[in-house]
Amino acid sequence: MAPPTRRQRPVRTLTVLGLLILAIFGAVLAGTKWSDASLTPNLALDLEGGTQIILQPIADSGADVPQETINQAIEVIRQRVDSSGVSEAEIASQGDKIVVSLPGHPSEETLDLVRTSAKMEFRPVLSYGAPEPVATDTATDGATAAATDAAAATPTAEATTEPSDVPTKAAPDSPSDAEYYVTPAVQARFDELDCTDPANLTGGASGDPDVALVTCDPEGTTKYILGPVEIEGSDIKNASSGLQVNSQGSVTNEWVVNMAFNSAGTKLFADVTERLQGLTSPQNQFAMVLDGLVISAPGLDPGVIINDGKAEISGTFTRDSAATLANQLNFGALPLSFEVQSEQQISATLGTEQLQKGLIAGLIGLVLVVIYSMLQYRALGLVTVASLVVATIVTYGVIALLSWTQGYRLSLPGVAGLIVAIGITADSFIVYFERIRDELREGRPLSAAVERGWERARRTILASDAVNLIAAVVLYLLAVGGVQGFAFTLGLTTLIDVLVVFCFTHPVMALLARTKFFAEGHPASGLDPRRLGVTGSRYVGRGRVVTAPEQAASATPAESARVPVTVGATGLTIAERRAAARAAATDTAAADAAAADTAAADTAGDGPQDALSDAPAQTTPDDTTSTGSTSIATTPAGTPVDDSGRTEGSEH
Amino acid sequence: MAAGFAQWGNDLYTGRRSYDIVGRRRVWYTISAVLVLITAVLLIKPGLNPGIEFRGGSEFVISGVTDTEQQSAIDAVQSIAPEESPRVATLGTSSLRVQTAELTNDEVEKVKAALAEAYGVSTDEVTSSFIGPTWGQDVSQKALRGLAVFLVFVTIVMTVYFRNWRMALAALIALFHDLVITVGIYAGVGWEVTPATVIGFLTILGYSIYDTVVVFDKVRENTADALQQSRYTYAEKANLAVNQTLVRSINTSVVALLPVTAILFVGTFILGAGTLRDIALALFIGMAIGTFSSIFLATPLEVTLREREPAIRAHTRKVLEARAHAAGLEGAEGAADQALVPSVQVGALRPGAHQGTAAQPKRKPRR
Repeated sequence: MAPPTRRQRPVRTLTVLGLLILAIFGAVLAGTKWSDASLTPNLALDLEGGTQIILQPIADSGADVPQETINQAIEVIRQRVDSSGVSEAEIASQGDKIVVSLPGHPSEETLDLVRTSAKMEFRPVLSYGAPEPVATDTATDGATAAATDAAAATPTAEATTEPSDVPTKAAPDSPSDAEYYVTPAVQARFDELDCTDPANLTGGASGDPDVALVTCDPEGTTKYILGPVEIEGSDIKNASSGLQVNSQGSVTNEWVVNMAFNSAGTKLFADVTERLQGLTSPQNQFAMVLDGLVISAPGLDPGVIINDGKAEISGTFTRDSAATLANQLNFGALPLSFEVQSEQQISATLGTEQLQKGLIAGLIGLVLVVIYSMLQYRALGLVTVASLVVATIVTYGVIALLSWTQGYRLSLPGVAGLIVAIGITADSFIVYFERIRDELREGRPLSAAVERGWERARRTILASDAVNLIAAVVLYLLAVGGVQGFAFTLGLTTLIDVLVVFCFTHPVMALLARTKFFAEGHPASGLDPRRLGVTGSRYVGRGRVVTAPEQAASATPAESARVPVTVGATGLTIAERRAAARAAATDTAAADAAAADTAAADTAGDGPQDALSDAPAQTTPDDTTSTGSTSIATTPAGTPVDDSGRTEGSEH
Repeated sequence: MAAGFAQWGNDLYTGRRSYDIVGRRRVWYTISAVLVLITAVLLIKPGLNPGIEFRGGSEFVISGVTDTEQQSAIDAVQSIAPEESPRVATLGTSSLRVQTAELTNDEVEKVKAALAEAYGVSTDEVTSSFIGPTWGQDVSQKALRGLAVFLVFVTIVMTVYFRNWRMALAALIALFHDLVITVGIYAGVGWEVTPATVIGFLTILGYSIYDTVVVFDKVRENTADALQQSRYTYAEKANLAVNQTLVRSINTSVVALLPVTAILFVGTFILGAGTLRDIALALFIGMAIGTFSSIFLATPLEVTLREREPAIRAHTRKVLEARAHAAGLEGAEGAADQALVPSVQVGALRPGAHQGTAAQPKRKPRR
């Protein structure tokens, strides 16, 4: 067989792996020192406890919801949740869904904020002011708007809207009629509104479209009184951001947002601009309200009436802020409502118990795997254990790293994936070990068997791991929720499995093949060639030849009767036949001397010799076996043989 | 024991001991067909038991209870919503799960209070969830889509890797067999189907193929030059491959099943209904069936399919005829029937082995 073409450098490979592990943990450690990393991976909600809401955004028009709109919806929800004071909330999209994870026990109000759909509308600006509350002489109206309402309710009970909001006029002249819309109650609310308080920036539904709205901008820098809704967000056709094109058609350096209305919106917008023309600041402004907050309140340039439905909003935009506003307007163009698909409260105690018991289960599984591989592979089992330990260390490090850099959180299905991976990872070692054994059975010395077995096992391991990886990637890309967590750990451990087999197990085997213990096939090494059915003299490398002790065949006819005649595979070599004949001829006492160990171990190994003596009687004539016709081996008297002739349990 | 096992492995490898798995494929096909039939029956009656994620509804979890008696939970729910018949399950050592149909927000609050009172815990210890019926459907829909995409990819990868679409087809049939039986047995056990169960089912896809790939790899290796020799038939060579990988199959299955068994055990007897238990059961059944199918179904199927190829069919006929001819020469009469075929021991040729004079080059008989 051709020797390995490349020189193997097991130590170097191992060093690379060691450096890689050091780098992973070094990065995480450095992260804990100078950043917000932690040595333990973050836990997902099902282990940490909290509330998870899965929302399905549904466009009112029934159209598909584009990804930018979903991102915008996530922005809106994040704005609401962040300003409601919930920390560490996670809002992410999963396919076309929005998953909101809130730690702890959020209040019903917070949950409502998440569930409410966001709407965009255009309202005229009636008044605006600094964000701080104004101390007014109407303080007697009460500390809260509700109180104001109650106080004002008594004198005027016949109003259709809120009693306190009874306008001073019978009907408004226009939506910009401040006199009609700014009732004392509205004024009082405006006065005491504190836009510097994050609690007032949560947004949400903007309320009755026909009455005035008192609100802030999302940054809390200005507060507004707005008139009734004039144009709905759904009347926007689209919006985009770009550099301004001036009347000469050349591009200036200024970022603007371009907005186009649909036909209904065009007509409404023309009316609005025509009316706002005649008014003075601040009433020549209209406000774009998204989610109850004023995202922009541009004023109209004098003398401009927009009747083609195309508006350009200019101002002190940067590239990003222009893009943001355009996105927000587009969001308004596709009004969403959210359908709650699932809302789960997960108690932390239950999650902790599951994690604890799950880890115990994993540990039990690991111990069982270790015991089994020690039974099956003796000292080789230790290589399995070491490989599993390395795989565990790498996996832990990578998860901690991802948890820090990518915000990965370990969920219960993820833990299950890790535990299941123990078995699948150990599979690759078994595939490799069995290959080494196969090569030994063919009579190769260990060092050659390790290399040749590796060449063959490598292909199998890569092919089967590729299948596993495809499964994991497909699951990850197409699935939601817990399925993703499971698929992720499964895929991750598959990759780590390849890494460990290539960079640890194989080099370690190559090193071990050089030790006397393994190379000479110590019975406890798991690679004992004698037990693997290799008889006779063997070359063990380094110019040394190991001669098997004189062996006598020792199976009973009972056993040999069960062994079919050979066509070729186990036919004896000429040397073997001579040795057997010699053995038969010499005094059987010699057989006694042969260690019980080897006798038993080789019972079946030498079986064919006996088989041959019985074969003609048992089976139909065979075309190629001529050795079958002569009786070669006899059972030496005094050789301990159990009745069955089998070797189970007869050794060690 | 280990020594005996290793010895058994040796015998299987050399072909000294051989199980005629491919030859008796009709037996395995029958067993598989019966299993699939049984699971088909199980799928109809009792059928899969959809979890709350598929039915939709409200779920309450009461943690920190000292008494896990279930009737008081039923009473508590019925005191608020009389027409309800809640499903109650024990979770872990000190938690209860109560599932009902969908309740209004108001009812949910009341049920929470009633449950807290019934078990003497504070309302903080009672958590509630609402799960829309579309959530689970969504999961299963995506799972099905995932299944389709996965199958396409795997077929391509296997066809390219093995350079033979029949091998890919055999692996896929074995995969479907595994999946159907797993789902059927899961239905028979009667546990609720949750997204965790779906995860388990999907993982079987990967595992089943993985197992089959390892066996097929050996089959391919053994049969690479099957047509260049006239000693053994394709089926015999494939059978040797199955025998040679038998020890590996058993070892990998045991090793893969041990951790799963640990989770299943802990999940069933300590944790009660939940993610770990559902995944573990699905995986346990799937892996066990997957091992069976990779040994007893995939390779025989592959042989059945490959034997439809004219080249292989012709080769098989040639080998059998030559063998019958040889038997006829050496035997008393020309009773060269197929009965003697199983007595042929198929194994790798060992260098230096004496093949007998019959194996020596012969002069062609002159006509």
